[in-house]
Amino acid sequence: MSGVAAFLTRRRGGRSWHWTDTVTWLWLVGGLVIMFGPAVWLVGSSFKTPAQLAEFPPTILPYVGQQMSVEGYDKPLTLYTVKLPDGSSKVMAEVRRIGIVAQMIDPKAPKDIIKVNIADRQPVREIGFATENYTEPFVHFDFLRYLRNSVFVTAMATLITLLTNSMAAFALSKYKFRGRDFTMLLIVGTLMVPLSVILVPLYSVVSAFGLLDSLWGVILPTVATPTGVFLLRQYMLTIPDEMLDAARMDNASEWQIYWRIVLPLAAPALAVLAIFSVVWRWNDFLWPLVVLSRKELYTLQVGLNTYAGELNVQWHYILAMTVVTMIPVVLVFVFLQRYITSGIAGTGLK
Amino acid sequence: MSAVATLKSWTGAVLAAPVFWLALIVNVPLKAWQRATGTGGMAAFFLAPNMAIFGIFVLVPLVINFFYSATSGTAYFLQDRSYVGLEQYQRLLDCSNYLDTATCREDLFWKAVHNTGLFVIVQVALLTVVSMATALILNREIIGRSFWRAVFFFPVLLSPVVTGLIWRWILQRQGLLNMIVHDFGGEPHNWLTDRFWAFTAAVSVSVWAHMGFYTLILLAGLQAIPRDLYEAAEMDGTRPARVFWRITLPLLMPNLLVVIVLALIRAVQIFDEVYVLTGGGPGTSTLYLTQYIYEIGFASLLRNPGLASAASILMGLVLVVLTLVQLQVGRRGERKGARQ
Repeated sequence: MSGVAAFLTRRRGGRSWHWTDTVTWLWLVGGLVIMFGPAVWLVGSSFKTPAQLAEFPPTILPYVGQQMSVEGYDKPLTLYTVKLPDGSSKVMAEVRRIGIVAQMIDPKAPKDIIKVNIADRQPVREIGFATENYTEPFVHFDFLRYLRNSVFVTAMATLITLLTNSMAAFALSKYKFRGRDFTMLLIVGTLMVPLSVILVPLYSVVSAFGLLDSLWGVILPTVATPTGVFLLRQYMLTIPDEMLDAARMDNASEWQIYWRIVLPLAAPALAVLAIFSVVWRWNDFLWPLVVLSRKELYTLQVGLNTYAGELNVQWHYILAMTVVTMIPVVLVFVFLQRYITSGIAGTGLK
Repeated sequence: MSAVATLKSWTGAVLAAPVFWLALIVNVPLKAWQRATGTGGMAAFFLAPNMAIFGIFVLVPLVINFFYSATSGTAYFLQDRSYVGLEQYQRLLDCSNYLDTATCREDLFWKAVHNTGLFVIVQVALLTVVSMATALILNREIIGRSFWRAVFFFPVLLSPVVTGLIWRWILQRQGLLNMIVHDFGGEPHNWLTDRFWAFTAAVSVSVWAHMGFYTLILLAGLQAIPRDLYEAAEMDGTRPARVFWRITLPLLMPNLLVVIVLALIRAVQIFDEVYVLTGGGPGTSTLYLTQYIYEIGFASLLRNPGLASAASILMGLVLVVLTLVQLQVGRRGERKGARQ
């Protein structure tokens, strides 16, 4: 035992355990619980039935009540463990319930109905997943449509962002022309213009273009990201100009130089921007909320907010839809997180 | 299995083919354009799409916002609105006592200003302290640092709507927090319908959602501090607290200031996650400036886009000041770096 303790508390350089190490590990493990706990709780809750969601205190794991088909009854009956007056307990099925009295039968002897106070019984439950929370929103709500809209917005916006930002970054890094520094300054300067400052006039501009209530009205204002231009330009500056000159010697057009040489070489930076863009556009909320007023055009984020704002919130569906909304971002986190963290640490941009 | 792989590569090729054909076709007119205008024309061509979108959707709104704030009416098109000069600003700033929202003509605006002010102070202070502590801990010699760094970064990626809903679910009457309170023998509570707790929740949730980002910046700063300084301090037998105040903090100062200013700029604009979490309630106790702009500009029945636009310009002025501070701070940090 002391050997295990010594192994766990050993530190580099042979120094002994210090109270600050305890603080460190408490902080880290506490952080693990606080950062992931809520999301795990969400996923767990999303598999619970509405009846279970209304329970207090809530259970950690999702359970479903066990049912059994009994001779003489069309529908399967819910099973309960009943405490009988003689002190023994027995598994019985509920036929119907009137107030606090339930009419129960023994599945083995379905003829005799016994009246039981509901305080004297416990539902027989096993761990089970209410997967209908996931399947039903696709049928009963416009959830599939929201999902499609979100995917469309995210994919289109990311593609356009990559194309236009890389073209601008190419011009700003590989050509010398008058006003280049001014253009760069203008782009970087507007990093500081948040959406909430230009919300009202942007709405009128978008409506002047007839883009209100269209997904393109959501996509276009977001694609000319200053962050993207900045990130790609910094990367393209490291591509040697001699390479471009050699291609020009071989009679390559400027477009070919951009498309065949610079873009492939800038692939790592493009990948980082693509990841950022997917997360940004998938998560966008305020702008789609303002532009889209027709329900069938809602993105997931707006749709979720609308359902969650209803008077009678159907939490079992909301939770499942929230989990689905979270999935792409979790995938990015699991597989691509290091690109993002290195991108932020390198440029200080988000 | 190989058939599937072949199919996959074929589908990939078929899907990608149009893009490459397009690039090839585009090359023909572009070559002509290049011959006619030289490389200068090509630079214009490459810049055009981005700058057009940028100009239309960022610069134009930025400029017309000023005109907008000088008009009144409920129409969104500028030509349908009537010019009123500075009336919207007068209306916003009409207050006999700025500390008492009840004496203001636009009491909701001032409510939002006060709320945002309090939120910014508390949230930025908490965010800075928590991020700093986490960065210091991650900078220690711990096993699996990149894993732990990722742990604290996870909520940064979540959408504000998801963040808001997750916490609304935890803080609701039959939620996880009440279960924990119940287990410790406490009285369950309606957290989001109590003014104090709703504010605390708004602050905590936004710290939870954003601390990973600032931790990352601070950690990068900590790792840039030369190791030999610490070794020298250790050799001199300097106490850890003194090492922190005399070495770590002064050398981290540029990063710390950037973090504080960045956090201030973001906190002033707080909207999404709090809006989903509390909807600005109970009453108006978590109504912040961006939500005010959104509601007055679009959502409210008595909408007044001119007023919203004037409010957004006032908010923009605060952000400009903060940005100038940030640039100043950044420049000083750079000079400091150059001197080392």
